[in-house]
Amino acid sequence: MAASSTTVPSADPSRPAPNFLERLRGGDEAAYVITFIAAASILLITGMLVYELFINSADARAKFGWAFLFTQTWDPVNDQFGALPFIYGTLVTSFLALLMGIPLGVGAAIFLAELAPPKISDALTFLIELLAAVPSVIYGLLGIFVLVPILRVVEPSLRAVLGWTPFFSGPFYGVSLFSAGVVLAVMIIPFIISISREVILAVPGDQREAALALGATRWETTWDVVVPFAKKGIMGSIFLALARALGETMAVTMVVGNDPKIKASLFAPGYSIAAVIANEFTEATGKLYTSALIELGLVLFALTIVINGVARLLVMGADKYKT
Amino acid sequence: MKRFVVQVALLAALTTGVASAEQILINAAGATFPYPMYSKWFDDYHKKFPNLQFNYQSIGSGGGIKQVTEGTVEFGASDGPMNDKQMKEFQDKHGYGILHFPTVMGADVPVYNVASVSTDLNFTPEALAGIFLGKITKWNDPELAKANPGAKLPAADIIVVHRSDGSGTTYIWTDYLSKVSKEWEMKVGRGTSVNWPVGLGGKGNEGVSGQVRQTPNSIGYVELIYAVQNKMKTGKVKNAAGNWVQASLAGVTAAAASSKEMPDDFRVSITNAPGKDAYPISSFTWLLIPEKIADPTKKKAIKEFLTWMLADGQNMTEALAYARLPKAVVAKEIKAIAKVQ
Repeated sequence: MAASSTTVPSADPSRPAPNFLERLRGGDEAAYVITFIAAASILLITGMLVYELFINSADARAKFGWAFLFTQTWDPVNDQFGALPFIYGTLVTSFLALLMGIPLGVGAAIFLAELAPPKISDALTFLIELLAAVPSVIYGLLGIFVLVPILRVVEPSLRAVLGWTPFFSGPFYGVSLFSAGVVLAVMIIPFIISISREVILAVPGDQREAALALGATRWETTWDVVVPFAKKGIMGSIFLALARALGETMAVTMVVGNDPKIKASLFAPGYSIAAVIANEFTEATGKLYTSALIELGLVLFALTIVINGVARLLVMGADKYKT
Repeated sequence: MKRFVVQVALLAALTTGVASAEQILINAAGATFPYPMYSKWFDDYHKKFPNLQFNYQSIGSGGGIKQVTEGTVEFGASDGPMNDKQMKEFQDKHGYGILHFPTVMGADVPVYNVASVSTDLNFTPEALAGIFLGKITKWNDPELAKANPGAKLPAADIIVVHRSDGSGTTYIWTDYLSKVSKEWEMKVGRGTSVNWPVGLGGKGNEGVSGQVRQTPNSIGYVELIYAVQNKMKTGKVKNAAGNWVQASLAGVTAAAASSKEMPDDFRVSITNAPGKDAYPISSFTWLLIPEKIADPTKKKAIKEFLTWMLADGQNMTEALAYARLPKAVVAKEIKAIAKVQ
């Protein structure tokens, strides 16, 4: 082994340098090597993933070029492929999910961490963590059989209030971008609550005591001191939730309507990138067809990176502006 | 310690040696639609010949064609015949061709949800094509009213539901629509996934039927087996001979029997078949078997299985709601088995 030949200068020159076994027993070197391998493997896996997606999508990239991202036709029979309706559907459903999920999730986390009696908080947290472990196909079924019928009842009043906007116009079939957004919101809320609560609980007690000592009310302490202190962690929970929403497959495909068209109305059916890959990959026969589906995977990967990057920049920008 | 290791290694070598002399494992992959039938056949055949085992993975027709072309499985299975391009790809890669063997038949049926209609609705080919093209948009359209005198058809919008996942079911449906409508053939065409002019996508037969059941005034299509097992109300379709036919196993077999001429490679679509009892939205499903199988024991096993499937195997089809092959096709296939070298 190469490691056995390296010599570490010993602190005491009169003592012989410890051999490899001795150093291993100390644990430092072993721990370093093992954790380094673990960290490097993440890079390696990500790199290989991108490489595979890139290589296997060569046919589609050569044929359609950048136009792949901007065309709306998805026609497997005539080998015409464009990703735009799927990109649109993925972004819209994820955005809707965050719109509903962030206020509910962060609100619940603040309540559970700061305001609720510990017993209630513990019991509720346990339930929320259970929710996070429910498989997504279950959420999809709940979406079809419970949520969609409820939305059918809610829809007329939504339309009465917001029907004048283009977003709530047109016929409502039950399955739609809106339904998918609601299901996704339900799915990501446990993530936001669970992580945000931990982060808020980790805020040092001194912070609260100092604010209270200055005469702040309990809510002022929570909102102006504790939450800003925990902001980074809360943002982290939202990023994780967003990543889940962008890549969610089963639950989305069951309620989104699976129609690759771009319509302004949220009541219209749509489609997402992950859903179309799952739906069509097994039966995709042509080379170009398979390659186009793999390129969609590449697009989803890039989309996730771009959105996360932009969100991070926004947060950093806001921080700089403040101080 | 060392001696123990040697002993274990020897033992392992011996047992695997013995096992490989007896046990034959044949890998296959492909269509999901005939999977219940195939798994029953393979299981019964394994009970008959315990040393022979088939490992069939129902990964979808597209996957079956891909895997048999790449040579990772002994044979494939598909709900749609391989096209000329795929046949050529196989030929170029292996230096020999691939054979199609029809095994059983299935059909697609229209299912709908119209509250005011209590009887089975009649659908002309023009009506089905018009609805799925988005040209017939109301239930009380003259094309539908003409075919259904006396039915209380509402003036409501028709909501179309189709499969969102690529499937043989969609292939049969679009193949039929392509045959009965020039416009469909030009604009949409046939395939396991197509660019639908209108409609919502449901995942799987259960997704489509669930959506139809929940959405008032909707229409969709599912596999006959699925409709039979779930006791769903299905529409009658006007066949090429001008008769209204309710989908049934006998009607599907009649479609195959009346199909004008069976080509030697069995790559034939039997949608819109001419027979007077033929149910028009029917199709074969095929096993894809390479012309040359290098391993003589495997070749023998596969050929014997095919012979058994065409005789005893056919008697098991109806219990599982698949339509059996007509006698003429069976006779022709038995001759074709000799082509496997």
